[in-house]
Amino acid sequence: MSEMIEALNARAKTIRRHIVRMTTEAGSGHPSSSLSATDVVTALYFGGFLKHDPKRPHDPDRDRFILSKGHAAPLLYAALAEAGYFPVDDLMTLRKLGSPLEGHPNMTRLGGVEASTGSLGQGLSIGVGIALAARVDKRDHHTFVMTGDGEIGEGQIWEAAASAAKYRLDNLTLIVDRNHFQQTGAAEEVLDLDPIDGKFAAFGWHTQAINGNDMSEVVTALERAKAVEGRPSCILSLTRKGFGILGLLEKLGDLNFHGKPIPAKNLDEALAELA
Amino acid sequence: MAGASSSVQSKRPIGKATRDAFGRALEALGEQFPSLVVVDADVGNSTRTEWFGKKHPDRFFNIGIAESNLVGVAAGLASSGKMSLIASFAAFITCNGYDQLRMSVAYPRLNVKVVGSHAGISIGEDGASQMGIEDVGLMCSLPGFVVVVPADEESAKAATKAMLEHQGPVYMRCGRPDVPKIYDGSLAFTLGKANILRAGSDLTIIANGLMVSAALDAADALAADGVEARVLDMHTVKPIDRDALLAAAKETGAIVVAEEHLAHGGLGSVVASTLAELHPVPIRYVNLGDQFGESGSPEALIEKYGMNGPTVVAAAKAVLAAKTR
Repeated sequence: MSEMIEALNARAKTIRRHIVRMTTEAGSGHPSSSLSATDVVTALYFGGFLKHDPKRPHDPDRDRFILSKGHAAPLLYAALAEAGYFPVDDLMTLRKLGSPLEGHPNMTRLGGVEASTGSLGQGLSIGVGIALAARVDKRDHHTFVMTGDGEIGEGQIWEAAASAAKYRLDNLTLIVDRNHFQQTGAAEEVLDLDPIDGKFAAFGWHTQAINGNDMSEVVTALERAKAVEGRPSCILSLTRKGFGILGLLEKLGDLNFHGKPIPAKNLDEALAELA
Repeated sequence: MAGASSSVQSKRPIGKATRDAFGRALEALGEQFPSLVVVDADVGNSTRTEWFGKKHPDRFFNIGIAESNLVGVAAGLASSGKMSLIASFAAFITCNGYDQLRMSVAYPRLNVKVVGSHAGISIGEDGASQMGIEDVGLMCSLPGFVVVVPADEESAKAATKAMLEHQGPVYMRCGRPDVPKIYDGSLAFTLGKANILRAGSDLTIIANGLMVSAALDAADALAADGVEARVLDMHTVKPIDRDALLAAAKETGAIVVAEEHLAHGGLGSVVASTLAELHPVPIRYVNLGDQFGESGSPEALIEKYGMNGPTVVAAAKAVLAAKTR
């Protein structure tokens, strides 16, 4: 394993520890939805894929990351803190009155948050708008959007997918965090959208399906996505919800563990699993 | 749907439809506002944004029949420093795109301009599905949105410029038919400031959109009976002109509110809640009540739904009776 991959894996582990600790401290939130997507987000911010400067969060030439699955806000906040947008200690203010680390991302209160999300299905359209703005202004920046797999049941996603293909937005990459669970159960059972990559391919997108909890695969996929020309790119990121603390979730008898924090009495166990 | 325009009957000379005036103004202002980008959901020949698109093809995108995506794309453009303007039928852009207007535009306070055309029953034959009659109430419910309903050609032109000069989200309502001229080119138009079109001390008729013409017709008819009505063009519903409302209530003691909108959430609701706080006086309403429209010629629908001078006169007489009781 290369040094870069090792370093990214170590960073991902740190971010996962933040996610678990901050949501337990808050007493609510969506740690399992955050943990599935941690490797991709870590690679974006720390693998050189996202051109950004925490000191200049509004630089017009920055690359953008839009967390359309806004309930995974703890992941975004942990990545931003690790990247230097705000002190890591502030993560423990998650969801508290007065903290800019709201339950779902609010771009007006926190530098580095590129879109206010939480009503599912809206992030990809915003990404299309940003990618079009780059074209109008002749700027060379790339926009990454991450949705959940349940989220793409929203019709707006497919409106956005068609428009991104129409304008051949090769400065736009969508990552679908396919963790196979949504609020009430298995994503495939609630609304079977397979083949997800096949659907995006049919819409004219470049597609890849990868193990999104394998940092080497994630890095390779992001490299490929950025190099695609003439069409938008979709990475179907196959993940496990709660990745990193699956042993504990199994023991707790809930591998979905949607929208609830690790109980305080199990926190040490979770952190030990992430040691 | 982009067919020949009908027009609203009046003794005043007929001017352009507000959508046409908006379209020409937008086309003309493209150079003055270089950051302006217009996005269409395939109705640009109805909303008239295609005139801007033909002049500035590099700043015009037709993303297809997809209002939710339309609003989201506009939000993305605005978050990258563009001023984005989107237009569709009032019914579609506010109802189909409402969650996106709420979450992707209003919540992050982005500089997106939203134009809803074909508002009201006066669009005519296309019927209820195409008639935006709840749009003002919906848009007033979104924090931070300015909501504007111009009355005629000149004020639609002025409102378009004022909308672009305003920093922040704005909703402007336009209509399909040609409407009577209220203003000449010398009008003063300030967002949030009502225009007093006629002085009077017996009551005040507050109107916007095509009901401004009906309000003036009503004031003429009332004057023949010795009743002097003040007439306010309340083009901006939000923020409402509290000073003009307070003065009207104090100085005339009776109010009629006339609008081509449902009873709930429109100008009447805003005037009533404001005056209930500032200076309660008797109020009567001319609006579409709590019902959908239907197909018919604009003229026939205006008559049936009472969007005209005689209905305003009847409301004025009712409020005067309440005032003197």
